Amino acid sequence: MHRWGMVIDLDKCTACQACVVACQAENNVAIIGPEESAKGRTIHWMELIPYIEGEYPHIKARLLPRPCMHCDHPPCTKVCPVYATYINEEGLVGQINYRCIGCRYCTTACPYTVKYFNWYPPEWPQEMKGSLNRDVSIRTKGVVEKCTFCSHRLLRARERAKAEGRDLLPDEYIPACVQACPSGAMYFGDLNDPHSVVSTLSRERRAFKLLEDLGTEPKVIYLSEGM
Amino acid sequence: MDEKLINSEEDAILFDPILKTGRTFYYTLFILAAVILWGVWAYLYQYRNGLGVTGLARPIFWGVYITNFVFFIGISHAGTLISAILRLAKAEWRRSITRSAEVITVLVLFFGVGNILMDLGRPDRMLNIIRYSQFESPLLWDVSSITVYLTASSVYLFLPLIPDIALLRDHAGKWQWFYRILALGWKGTEKQHHLLERAIAFMAILVIPVAISVHTVVSFVFAMTIQPMWHSAIFGPYFVAGAIFSGIAGLIVAMNVIRKVYHLEDYLRPVHFNNLGTLLLVMTLLWFYFTFTEYITTYYGAEPIHMTIFWLKFTGRFAPYFWGMFLFCFVIPLPILSLKRTRTPAGTLIASISVIIGMWLERFVIVVPTLTNPRLPNDQIIYLPTWVEWSILAGCVAFFILLYMIFTKIFPIVSIWEVREGREKSMAEVQERIKTYLPGIGIE
Repeated sequence: MHRWGMVIDLDKCTACQACVVACQAENNVAIIGPEESAKGRTIHWMELIPYIEGEYPHIKARLLPRPCMHCDHPPCTKVCPVYATYINEEGLVGQINYRCIGCRYCTTACPYTVKYFNWYPPEWPQEMKGSLNRDVSIRTKGVVEKCTFCSHRLLRARERAKAEGRDLLPDEYIPACVQACPSGAMYFGDLNDPHSVVSTLSRERRAFKLLEDLGTEPKVIYLSEGM
Repeated sequence: MDEKLINSEEDAILFDPILKTGRTFYYTLFILAAVILWGVWAYLYQYRNGLGVTGLARPIFWGVYITNFVFFIGISHAGTLISAILRLAKAEWRRSITRSAEVITVLVLFFGVGNILMDLGRPDRMLNIIRYSQFESPLLWDVSSITVYLTASSVYLFLPLIPDIALLRDHAGKWQWFYRILALGWKGTEKQHHLLERAIAFMAILVIPVAISVHTVVSFVFAMTIQPMWHSAIFGPYFVAGAIFSGIAGLIVAMNVIRKVYHLEDYLRPVHFNNLGTLLLVMTLLWFYFTFTEYITTYYGAEPIHMTIFWLKFTGRFAPYFWGMFLFCFVIPLPILSLKRTRTPAGTLIASISVIIGMWLERFVIVVPTLTNPRLPNDQIIYLPTWVEWSILAGCVAFFILLYMIFTKIFPIVSIWEVREGREKSMAEVQERIKTYLPGIGIE
């Protein structure tokens, strides 16, 4: 059984935000105007967060690309009253948009605040409507959405492998952000495979996870910089 | 036709609200209806345009609606719980206040539930809660617990109503068919009385654990997450105490109003307000105790993530709300309720209004500050509720008052048969009871 995970090497990351843009385009994330954005209504499945540790003058700032952590023990799935968010056997934390009742319990329970709510019906400028991804469903107003590790790409890859009568190859399933990273700072793969790149990197000395002490067991692993 | 008969009867004044309707009633009705319609319009506006019309945003996903939910469910703890405890304790002074308390519970619950539904992004899918129930979610515990509570407290309201409905069936002129159905063939025989009393006693016992469970699981919605200053073991009892606190305050306000409007000074006497005032005083102190314990443990533990929110409340952006809560929940009611001289109907009314405002603020101070400061760095978003949220709150309050008002027009708001029973039987009973307490007399 696969256990999908991501490694982000902060030494290589230039904070160019290509991952953010790629995600936005891949997953039909709605465009929110500057006005609503200032109110905190922006949706970013992948976001660059400024992580500041310590206080001046001993300050250490880093920018972290932050997708959904796809925790092994997700606090969000426990609280959803209708199974609209769940963890599957491959460790992916999914979100069923057409079942979500919009109570926003998962959004408040997630310690990483990776969940977003559709305050309005999603909108795009006219020119962009033609380039929406047909593999990803459009959300309606009033539901929660978040990073899925581009699970639609996994479905695609599986179908292709099945049609060709073979097993899924390790590199066949990659989320859009990982694919777009120009500095090669992001890795994706099977954490259960001891020889996979992500698995090897996750055991490196530089490896750390966000808010590890909460016991959520995230499957996004960071490699700290400057060591 | 029988109106004369009733008027010459004892307790005639208790039938008055049902038989006569003055102009003031219609004026009030009109004003309330206007506020309700305004609230309905605000909700429709939100339904059409999405929750973006509220002040909510990421990360403050919950605001006024969730505050209202906790607040209204809290108010509901007045009635049934207080009435059940007083009944079981055989407190004789309960007789003229239990009904007005029980009605609050049943009616206000709808607004607690209503606020949760209005908070949903997709209210059209609310039945998914039944179709795809996920019982690991504390929200489902709420759904179950509140459903049981609503059912139990409706039954508990209805049972002591039966003899009074029968009185109305036998005397009043209008709507006899209505009262005939609801009276369930009550004739007031010895056997029926015995049965009714057993049923009431049973419900009184049943309803207490249910009521406590309701506010405990409401608190669990917050306490079960790992968010700072929510994840607290004290939340269950803290919420239950707060609920009873605001509940008694709500009851005192309601009693003051019906006393004035329906001239029930003889039934709702200063002693009732004095006794409820003492009860409210106990809850004031208990509330302070819980609040103190909650914050001192946070402070002493001094975990940075908790302390950020702690200081937000004490000195930061939420200080006006926090200290407002402290003022309204403790500083104002404490002296008023401590002195017997001010524990009058008017005095307890002021203290109660203060407590109600304070307890709404308390819920707000629990819900919002925690959400403004998530663990990961975030944009500083300031949550300011919009007119939509305030209008819906006003609509809910107006709707509750309207329903309460209509109830007093259909059923007696003071339990007639229980008051009569008090006059006829309790005097002797109480004397007998006291005898059994005292050494040296009564035991052969």
